[in-house]
Amino acid sequence: MDLSTTFLGFTLKNPLIASASPLTASLESIRKLEDNGIAAVIIHSLFEEEINRELRQIDHFLHANSESYAEALSYLPAGVDFENIQAENYLKEIMRVKAAVSIPVIASLNGVSAGGWAKYAKKLQEAGADALELNITYIPTSVDMEGPTIEQMYIDTVSTVKKHISIPLNVKMNAYFSNPANMAKRLVEAGADGLTIFDNPSRVDVDLELLTALRQANITSSASLSETLRWCAILYNKLGCSLCANTGIHSGQDVLKAVMSGADATALASVLLLHGEGEIRNILHDLTSWMQEHEYESISQMKGSISLSHTDNPSAYERNSYMHALQHYRS
Amino acid sequence: MSDRLFITVDGNEAVALVAHKINEVIAIYPITPSSPMGEFSDLYSSKGEKNIFGTIPEVYEMQSEGGASGAVHGALQTGALTTTFTASQGLLLMIPNMYKIAGELTATVFHVAARSLAMQGLSIFGDHQDVMGVRQTGFALLASNSVQEAHDFALISQAATLHSRIPFLHFFDGFRTSHEVSRIEVLGDEVLKAMIDTDLVEAHRKRGLSPEHPVLRGTSQNPDVYFQGRESVNSYYLALPQILQQQMDKFAELSGRHYRLFDYIGDGEATRILVLMGSGAETVEESVAYLNGQGEKVGLIKVRLALPFAVEAFLDALPKSVESIAVLDRTKEPGSVGEPLYHDVVTALFERRDTLPFAMPTIIGGRYGLSSKEFTPAMIIAIYDELAKASPKNHFTIGIEDDVTFTSLLYDPDFVLENPTQFQAVFYGLGSDGTVGANKNSIKIIGTETDHYAQGYFVYDSKKSGSMTISHLRFGIEPIHSTYLIQKADFLGVHQAVFLEKLDLLEIAKPGAVFLLNTPYPKEEAWYRLPRVAQEHIIAKKLKFYAIDAYRVAKASQMGARINTIMQTCFFAISGVLPKEEAIKKIKGSIQKTYGKKGDQIVQMNYDAVDNTLENLFEVEVPSHISSTLELHSPLKGKFDPFVGEVIGAITAYKGDTLRVSQMPPDGTWPTGTSQYEKRNIGHEVPVWDRDTCIQCNKCVSACPHSVIRSNVFDASWMEGAPEGFVAKKAKGKKFGENDLFTISVAVEDCTGCALCVEVCPAKNKSQTNLKAINMMPQFPLRESGSTQWDFFLSLPKIERALLDHDDLKESQFLEPLFEFSGACPGCGETPYVKLVSQLFGDRMVVANATGCSSIYGGNLPTTPWRKNDQGRGPAWSNSLFEDNAEFGLGFRLAIDNHADHAKSLLEGLQPKLCAGLVEDILQAPQRDEKQINAQRERIVILKHALEAVDDAEAKTLLELCDYLVKKSVWIIGGDGWAYDIGYGGLDHVLASGKNVNILVLDTQVYSNTGGQQSKATLTGAVAKFAAGGKGAVPKDLAAMAINYENVYVAKVAMGANDQATVKAFIEAERYDGPSIIIAYSHCVAHGYDLRYGFDQQKRAVDSGLWPIFRFNPERIKEGENPMTLDSKGPKIDVKDFMYRETRFKMVEKMNHTAAGEFLVTAAHTAQTLHKRYVNLHEYYKPSEEV
Repeated sequence: MDLSTTFLGFTLKNPLIASASPLTASLESIRKLEDNGIAAVIIHSLFEEEINRELRQIDHFLHANSESYAEALSYLPAGVDFENIQAENYLKEIMRVKAAVSIPVIASLNGVSAGGWAKYAKKLQEAGADALELNITYIPTSVDMEGPTIEQMYIDTVSTVKKHISIPLNVKMNAYFSNPANMAKRLVEAGADGLTIFDNPSRVDVDLELLTALRQANITSSASLSETLRWCAILYNKLGCSLCANTGIHSGQDVLKAVMSGADATALASVLLLHGEGEIRNILHDLTSWMQEHEYESISQMKGSISLSHTDNPSAYERNSYMHALQHYRS
Repeated sequence: MSDRLFITVDGNEAVALVAHKINEVIAIYPITPSSPMGEFSDLYSSKGEKNIFGTIPEVYEMQSEGGASGAVHGALQTGALTTTFTASQGLLLMIPNMYKIAGELTATVFHVAARSLAMQGLSIFGDHQDVMGVRQTGFALLASNSVQEAHDFALISQAATLHSRIPFLHFFDGFRTSHEVSRIEVLGDEVLKAMIDTDLVEAHRKRGLSPEHPVLRGTSQNPDVYFQGRESVNSYYLALPQILQQQMDKFAELSGRHYRLFDYIGDGEATRILVLMGSGAETVEESVAYLNGQGEKVGLIKVRLALPFAVEAFLDALPKSVESIAVLDRTKEPGSVGEPLYHDVVTALFERRDTLPFAMPTIIGGRYGLSSKEFTPAMIIAIYDELAKASPKNHFTIGIEDDVTFTSLLYDPDFVLENPTQFQAVFYGLGSDGTVGANKNSIKIIGTETDHYAQGYFVYDSKKSGSMTISHLRFGIEPIHSTYLIQKADFLGVHQAVFLEKLDLLEIAKPGAVFLLNTPYPKEEAWYRLPRVAQEHIIAKKLKFYAIDAYRVAKASQMGARINTIMQTCFFAISGVLPKEEAIKKIKGSIQKTYGKKGDQIVQMNYDAVDNTLENLFEVEVPSHISSTLELHSPLKGKFDPFVGEVIGAITAYKGDTLRVSQMPPDGTWPTGTSQYEKRNIGHEVPVWDRDTCIQCNKCVSACPHSVIRSNVFDASWMEGAPEGFVAKKAKGKKFGENDLFTISVAVEDCTGCALCVEVCPAKNKSQTNLKAINMMPQFPLRESGSTQWDFFLSLPKIERALLDHDDLKESQFLEPLFEFSGACPGCGETPYVKLVSQLFGDRMVVANATGCSSIYGGNLPTTPWRKNDQGRGPAWSNSLFEDNAEFGLGFRLAIDNHADHAKSLLEGLQPKLCAGLVEDILQAPQRDEKQINAQRERIVILKHALEAVDDAEAKTLLELCDYLVKKSVWIIGGDGWAYDIGYGGLDHVLASGKNVNILVLDTQVYSNTGGQQSKATLTGAVAKFAAGGKGAVPKDLAAMAINYENVYVAKVAMGANDQATVKAFIEAERYDGPSIIIAYSHCVAHGYDLRYGFDQQKRAVDSGLWPIFRFNPERIKEGENPMTLDSKGPKIDVKDFMYRETRFKMVEKMNHTAAGEFLVTAAHTAQTLHKRYVNLHEYYKPSEEV
């Protein structure tokens, strides 16, 4: 049975990729992922805002209150050398991972500005990353900012980064656009070699005791897969880029659904956080069992088989499918 | 000679650069102004920089200067080239070892930034009292007068000590030289290697103790031989002057700079000669040139080798034409005929009186420049004038007005020595705005990238918050010898417009000078916003007036409140010191150098600031007439006695130099409660109470570090007189009646704007949850109304102390603080505890305060925060030293107990003449709480009346002593540097004494006052000075050590984590009739985060387990209860969630990721260990029935 697939030009031994998460933050856990059968790994994200904020904070607090009082011209040692001020350690980690594992290593950048990213993208490539994933999740809060402005910001970022690297570029995108399919097309035109379809990674809640808003990590389940399936199905075979399904991949069945909808690969995070790296083996086992039971020979055989263009029920992906669902529920 | 390389550094760095290269062991302890020498050395070693022998010097911080000198002695005795850096009291602590080191003929150099000694008051500033205090030890004393000389003499002294085996004390003036930034020619390694004779290094090493060739030193000698042994070293001392001169000559060949034991400067036929050493000699040199240019014949002898005093070399240096000599000592020896240098000169001339090649000159001695008192050309001219008199005044003083013993010479304060080749600029900045840093950078640019000489000297405020800095910068084509503040400026930069409202800053502008102002007002308004006196100067002196809204530019450039780069760009753009284009290019180059390592973004931010500055800087058109009616604010506000007005008022107005000797308290006794008069108005935003949201918890009151937030409950009838805007609400609580109103008031003029109160407020506005019951609002619009409301608040009756439950947080905060408006940093983590002590026990407490932050914000002139209540009672406060505070406080206890015992015995003796019941009541009175203490006070009032009627000597004595029959509370307060390190021996002894003292350790986990050096309290993984890579060791558990005694009350508290437990700890500690220690977590600016979140971080520290809070009360053992109360429940959050919110921990991750990870592991382990330790103690002490 052939579980291999192609993603961003790489041949993966199976369609399971470890998405950027705390589990991809250290060489030790990446090794465990590989040992359990993962086909590629996306290193935990380098957050542009975090780097910038930390830089500013350290710069600020190294100087704050200095040169104010004769006995204490500073409060922290001046002139110390920083070796990790601009993510140097992250780059070193990529080098270490790259040297230690044989699966493709994909670096991940998370942020919003076009300016700062290009520099880091280049550094990540130089550090040995096989590909780069961009996570541009901008949540506008201004009522004056118009949709096209935001879309253009995404496009500009992708094209700027693309100019600075020669490795494949994967872009993580959600479906919160007026026309996500058109947005996907434009991202590919701007230089994306692949798209990862995902739902928002964090959720908002309210703490009634503290009277404050909370941001919580979105630990998904298979039920979260819906939007990803829809857009994989819609985009399959339309853009000439790789597609990766993210958010809600928790079982071999979920992988099958995603691949049949059109995904070249599936990215896992919550399931591994919940059950550990060993769950990869279970997923692969389920996947192969199902394929055996249903006499499938390969992943490529089923890829896109239930996509919008290949399904026997295209209306499932369209708006009126909502009406059908409700009617079905009533009956 | 190699290629000449110039750098701009201060004196401390200039010395450290050499000392680190030519030593193998450096044992240090922080003390101002020498600390940076140790810090630089530590930094060099932490970066792996090697000495000329190819090894990285071992830099080791000790627990005290005594410890440092002991370690130095040990390292020397084991053959390592070893040095230390110190000053003032620190040097005095080294004296015992200095005798030993000299007695054993050990080659070493101690580098000293010479500083005043603590006498009637402490002073961190420069004079020679400390150095003159070690003349007797056997060390040679070598003085350098400038930054270049400090650099050079650091090497020459090392070479000479190796040759002579006489240890050297190399000194230079604290601050004036140690902190003056100057362009110097740096000594290359080849010069260092040429000067340090490797054979002598080898000989030094061979003299070291080794089991391979064992010897014995440090014998105990007896009357038969000790004396001869002492005399056996004479030949070494006799040989030293020649050896030193040889080394100076050799140095001259290598460097081109030639020094002599005594350098004569002046006319070859001078008749009047000044003799002095230190930085003052530079100004004398400048003045001599001026006077001789005027046709006078004067000269100067710069003393290099002060001890041993080389008589022949001194006489050789004197011109034969000499007729009169004034010897200037920067020290004072009360009761002595004269000061040391004067003595040496007089003795030298007297001993050679028969062979002098000139007639015996008139010799006078004088004192100058104590505590960095200015020493100007005008003063020097006055001394030369005095020397020309037939009977010049001997034992004079200069620079002050002595109207008590009339020692002072008159001088012309208006005389200014013009130096047309120099460009002189003065900048007034706020401590936090980056002005000094920017000016240091400008000096670097000019000093290293042009042929100009450059000098910078910086004057700082006495307050730690909202302080003014004054930068004095000189540039010129000639070497700069002016070692005094700029008196007439070519350029004046006022970086905070508010300063102009208080001070006449433009007074020192030269005609035609450039005046730069940072003002929020636009071009057309800037002129009209100036005070009258400023407009007068601008018109009269035809100043060129430029302005910029630097804060707006900073904000636009994402620089926050840092205007350093902006104001620096302005200076270069309009001062003309360099062509504008070239200057801007150099600023940008400098930005790249300074910030390059911190990332492109920081660099770009600064580049943007430079560009934005040029676009926003404008010249203000100056009208021909004065339009302003705005007068300067008076420095003090309120009703105060004449002493406060005249003396404290003058100091506050920067006119302290004009005060006469008669105006000074001769024994250093000052009134308390003076900070209330200094309305500093430094908070841009201040808290405003939202009555409707408030739940009356008083947490904001307890958290306020500056005691500016107060609450009260009063009868509603008082509202009739309330000013507009003063509000109150119905008081909550069973104690209060229907008509009682609760209010919170804010001293808006005293607030520093830290916002800690907002963060601790638990009440959120129900309609808008980003608002609380107390919210920050701009201060300026509230200044007047807020001030009126505050005055009204203070006039309200206070709640009777005895009615309040003092161990309840909320009720304790109705108690009047007797510590207010200190000069502590905004958001200080120490002062909430200090204030709490003052609230609870202030009316009967005596405070022994260790030197450190708490002694500075508690007792630094001009105004001080400890105050009296309406009955005239309040904390009596004193600071002895850094190292002896526990013992000092124990002394209080012994004296008070003795007075009380004396009073009791007198009372018992007088019983027949007094009411027996009263006497019995007084003697048996329990005094555990406020009610009982009040009752005793009332009995004492009755007793006093009764005693007045008794005509008896003993009754009169008892009248004096009977107040001691009311319980007195002795508090011993200090930081962790004192309690864990330098004062630990004494602290331990006091804990073991069983005496009723209360020790409060304000634990910031660093030496905060001297700039964040590590102590044994420093947490693992924290970056601190002397732990530049993060501290690896686990902190000392002082609390556990104290608990071991079992009869010591021990509490570890964190107000931000549990304020209720904190209050209980203070009450229990004070109530306990034995030694008590409270170790209080105190957040600090040295931790590197916005201190408005200080209490939040305290909570995280406790939740992480790194700061377990508990109370160990031995009283409870007697009562059969568990003495251990655990107020925290072990680690609840990851240590990282506490640590990585502070730069001190977080920066390690950016410096050394691997080490950072290891620190986290160690810290997590420590958290668990501490938890287990205290849970085990709790288990251990469980009463048997519980077990």
